[in-house]
Amino acid sequence: MTDTMTEPATDTADRQDRPEGLATEGLAVGYRTRSARGRGANRAVLSGLDLEARAGELTVLLGPNGAGKSTLLRTLCGLLPSLEGRVRIGGADLARTSPTALARRLAVVLTDRVDPGLLSVRELAGLGRHPHTGFTGRLTDADHAVVEWSLKAVGAGHLADRPAAELSDGERQRVLTARALAQEPEVVLLDEPTAFLDVPSRVALTVLLRDLARDKGLTVVVSTHDLELALRVADAVWLVDRDRHVHAGAPEDLIRSGAVADAFDADHLAFDPVSGTFGLRRTARAAVAVDAPADVLPLLERALAREGLTVAGPGDPTADRQVTWNGGDRFTLTGPGGAVVHSFHELTRAVRTW
Amino acid sequence: MATMPAAAPDTAPKVPPGRRRLAVVLALAAGTAALFVLTIATGSHPVPVAEVVRVLFGSAAEDPRWTVIVEQVRLPRALTATTVGAALAVAGVQMQTLFRNALADPFSLGVSSGASMGVAAVVVGTGGVAGSFTGDLAGLGRVGVVLAASIGAAAVLALVLLLSRWVKSAVTLLVIGVMIGSAATAVVGVMLVYSRPERAQQFVMWSLGNFSATTWPDLHVMLPVIGAGLLTALLTAKRLNALLLGEDYARTMGLNVRRSRDLALLGTALLAGAATAFCGPIAFLGLAVPHLTRVALGTSDHRALIPASMLAGAFLALACALLSQPPGTDSVLPLNAITSLFGAPVVIVFLIRSRRGVQGVAS
Repeated sequence: MTDTMTEPATDTADRQDRPEGLATEGLAVGYRTRSARGRGANRAVLSGLDLEARAGELTVLLGPNGAGKSTLLRTLCGLLPSLEGRVRIGGADLARTSPTALARRLAVVLTDRVDPGLLSVRELAGLGRHPHTGFTGRLTDADHAVVEWSLKAVGAGHLADRPAAELSDGERQRVLTARALAQEPEVVLLDEPTAFLDVPSRVALTVLLRDLARDKGLTVVVSTHDLELALRVADAVWLVDRDRHVHAGAPEDLIRSGAVADAFDADHLAFDPVSGTFGLRRTARAAVAVDAPADVLPLLERALAREGLTVAGPGDPTADRQVTWNGGDRFTLTGPGGAVVHSFHELTRAVRTW
Repeated sequence: MATMPAAAPDTAPKVPPGRRRLAVVLALAAGTAALFVLTIATGSHPVPVAEVVRVLFGSAAEDPRWTVIVEQVRLPRALTATTVGAALAVAGVQMQTLFRNALADPFSLGVSSGASMGVAAVVVGTGGVAGSFTGDLAGLGRVGVVLAASIGAAAVLALVLLLSRWVKSAVTLLVIGVMIGSAATAVVGVMLVYSRPERAQQFVMWSLGNFSATTWPDLHVMLPVIGAGLLTALLTAKRLNALLLGEDYARTMGLNVRRSRDLALLGTALLAGAATAFCGPIAFLGLAVPHLTRVALGTSDHRALIPASMLAGAFLALACALLSQPPGTDSVLPLNAITSLFGAPVVIVFLIRSRRGVQGVAS
């Protein structure tokens, strides 16, 4: 576990004045099971967690399915009681904070699919004012201003008068994020906010979250399955591996230490530490000599790799077959069934028998 | 969550939403007042509208018989319809939000049947009776009936709420509600065997639903109980709004979910219990009024929805009361026949409109 994130815990005095994000001390998360004899037994999913998410940074929680990401997030936002240890939100102990005071410091976006009924986008975001409004729940001018600000902050200002039920998945996640911002929290936790989104919406939302952390000084913690994007955008990563250890650090720290590869490598999937991306793991059945310019070469390599062929190094004697680029998208194949093909599609079909 | 119509045809409003809501509420208030007077004026002996208004404002009518008719017969009936309509509508709003289920209402989830069971228990146990047959029992007897009905309603409500933790599908929960209702009705049937035949017949008449059987002593019990239930609902509007996105979101917004649920449960049990105790189980008002009101207001915001539902419930209950006594005749149609005839199409239209309702997927 890389320890670069944690500060010495001694200087508590000067920490009081600035928002300091979210920290855990010896936290164990999991479930209390009730046995028939009335004595509760604890089933810890993750334990001994000393994590810190700083203000102004986007912290991403990664891990395989079933590793306990949701359990951890639900404990961090107070929906599940912790089994051991403490969660500190801006220096205050979560378990000792009243629900309303906590809601003013911490807001969440959950995986639950919400049915907004007949609420407009503005009303939906306005629900986030709940911990700030009085007994009747009436929104003051100041409350309305915060709602407008939060909608603008997520780029949904133009949607304010639309019925929330008509939003696309991406727009709805933005509006739910705006609802969280309307609580004016210091810390925002999001449980897989990009799960139902297409690729452009995922990128947009993830970048938005990082910008919110940077520009508004928020502490943002997001769990996601979108590993490659997270490793590109996140300021810090909490990585739950298969043995339920949590590694923390910058994405590059975890890539260097091999933690990412350990957590996610599988039979057919290999993590490439250089590019920070995943590739299919496959042993090539043959090597092929290739003659193609640099801008075509990567695509050609991809196409050949999918057919179980690798590009031979220069002067490889075993490579008795060759693919030559003829300009356009035409290739000359030299070898069994040699031919001239006019697209990558024809190419891959032709080399399948090699 | 399938509490509200998911795909309402409501497009971007051209009128500012606040003004639209005010207009809807004012129109409903005016309509309710007009129907209130009309309900008093019509019946087997029509009373001129001007005379009705005069009596309502405390003066004597030209014909002293009209004063008696209005004060002793028609006014209790109109007051009953108004308050029971408001009570059932607000109970429906609370249950639909609490269960996050568009098809929840006191009748459909068996709560009214639970109240009937409570009433039947009092009828059989003490020989005392509710509504039309409370005649000889004043004071504690009536309170006892309301209490028994509320306890019966609360018992069924708690059971259904417990089951709704496991059953997420709106339609499945509804079927379970119908089953619980059938079971409660069966218990009532068994209990009636052990009661005197004329009591059993009165009970059956009561169970058809009726706004005309309440007297002033009944109202002295019913109005405060329903008033308390309505006030509870008004005061919990903020809590219900927080529950619109589900219990987890509500909790992270600082809401004490358990207390809110208990308050809504208590309010619903009081409202449905009192309404059922005096008027019998009344179908569909609690289910249809919240949906109609939401569409009319264009919002699910409880701060507008609860007061508007009270008015809309009173308005429709008065309309049903009018229809159940066709003017100029002495025949009285069963109230449930009227409410079902107009309520069933509303539910069907709603199910067809909402994709989620058809697929049986909720939350």
